[in-house]
Amino acid sequence: MSETDAIPEFESKGAGASDVGITNMSALTSGPGIKSVREVVAIVLVAVIVIGGTEALLNIFAVPQYVLPKPSEIAVALVTEFPLIAPHLGHTLVELFGGFAIGASVGLILAAVITQFPFAEKIVTPYILLLVTTPMLALVPLLILRFGFGYEPRIIAVALASGPMVMINAATGFRRVDQAKIALARSYGASTQIFWKVRAPMALPMIFVGLMVGSIFGLLTAVGAEMVGGGFGLGNRLTSYSSMIQMPQFFAVVLILSILGILIYVFFFLMGKKFASWEA
Amino acid sequence: MTAKQSTQPKLRVSGATKVYNTRSGDLTAIDRCSLDVMDGEIVSIVGPSGCGKTTLLWSMSGLHGLSSGEVLLDGVPVTGPNPEIGLVFQEANLLPWRDLDANINFPFEIKGTKPDRAWINELLHRVGLDGFGGRYPRELSGGMQQRAALVRALSYKPSLLLMDEPFGALDAFTREEMNRLVEEIWMDTHTTIVLITHSIEEAIFLSDRVVVMSPRPGRVASIHEIPFPRPRSLDIMTSSEVFNLMNTIKMEIVGARQSRYPQGGTAASPQPARAAE
Repeated sequence: MSETDAIPEFESKGAGASDVGITNMSALTSGPGIKSVREVVAIVLVAVIVIGGTEALLNIFAVPQYVLPKPSEIAVALVTEFPLIAPHLGHTLVELFGGFAIGASVGLILAAVITQFPFAEKIVTPYILLLVTTPMLALVPLLILRFGFGYEPRIIAVALASGPMVMINAATGFRRVDQAKIALARSYGASTQIFWKVRAPMALPMIFVGLMVGSIFGLLTAVGAEMVGGGFGLGNRLTSYSSMIQMPQFFAVVLILSILGILIYVFFFLMGKKFASWEA
Repeated sequence: MTAKQSTQPKLRVSGATKVYNTRSGDLTAIDRCSLDVMDGEIVSIVGPSGCGKTTLLWSMSGLHGLSSGEVLLDGVPVTGPNPEIGLVFQEANLLPWRDLDANINFPFEIKGTKPDRAWINELLHRVGLDGFGGRYPRELSGGMQQRAALVRALSYKPSLLLMDEPFGALDAFTREEMNRLVEEIWMDTHTTIVLITHSIEEAIFLSDRVVVMSPRPGRVASIHEIPFPRPRSLDIMTSSEVFNLMNTIKMEIVGARQSRYPQGGTAASPQPARAAE
């Protein structure tokens, strides 16, 4: 009955108090939007100058390929090696999606449940912080000892890296309790509906932030784990190519990872825009 | 039925007391408040800040219980949220992730009933919000948001409307517009209304009776009858009777103000320099 007996004093709140001020939402709701042809031209022009300039400089100073390959060489490597790299990309994606799906689900459920019990939250929070701050890569050698060189240690590492990230952000979202909105729902007789109709939508923007950060952490951990051990995955390609001083191929893999990271970011950015744009 | 209604109040608050158990001890928010509101009546509650007005209103709505005393709606104790009661909150309290239509559907979603579209459209038309159904709260002005909140509260045809400082966040002109709107809606529906306000003018304009509450712990200090017919014109509102009534109520709430300075306008004005300007 604690909620029932809450002192209904929100008189001191100023206008717009219902919009709980959260600044780190900018990652989701504000991004540079391209507005005009002029901007597009400028962006393309700068990109051409940067890439072309790099190519020219590397040519002029005759920088050896094993120090820094030319952009054109990287492009060629990307195309010619892609059939060889593609299966590894698939392995990395399996680890990333598998681990992230497990980690994010557990993180979301934990966040939703734990925030309903402030006492339990106080007890659990230090461990979550520990999980967030400890690089899960450190556990990979141990996981490999236990689970071998297959998918399992990597998926576990990805789940451990992304789950707490999702949880800590989602929990921030679920903690944003607007008593007036809950009272509104209760005045219509809502009880269990409050979670789905008020708390969850209110937490959604922060959930998207958590998913975005969590998935990027997951990618990081997946590639890192692949570099530690096991014969497949993009991380494995990185160590393999660099040990053979195949720098264009190495950078082609780096480029693929960058694109993967950007795609993840854009995906959650668009999701946030679609489902949580009211926050802006 | 009419005979019954004439004797039985729509809403009866008797001996309502609410004590909050806070860390720094018990806090009596309202103390033995009693009040009868007749069917079709508009009653305003005014009083100093923190006198428990909101607590009293929340008790009427069944959103929280009382430490002692009871609230009766049509003779039946109110122990929880009641479908006969509509609530309008401070600020519009719309859900920002829902557009206007979805916000107005919210009560029906919770109750699991079908909205009366014809009635809702009529209300939307009345408050000048037709065609705004797809807009989100952030795309509406403060006045429009509060009008939407009013539509939401009236959408399921409550027989009692409780309003908690509904127009406090609006500018003076919008506020007056809203007051006229409430008056108009009342003329059509004769819904019983209890509202809390900080504006004595608003209280007098809207109400049949104005209840003045004492500072914490809140008690009913006095009740003023406002005998003017509706709709209340600007002439009535600028009459000396209204002026006197406003001052009387203001005096009760603020008390006879004792300034540290001698009461104004005496010959011994301490600022001779300003007189020269």
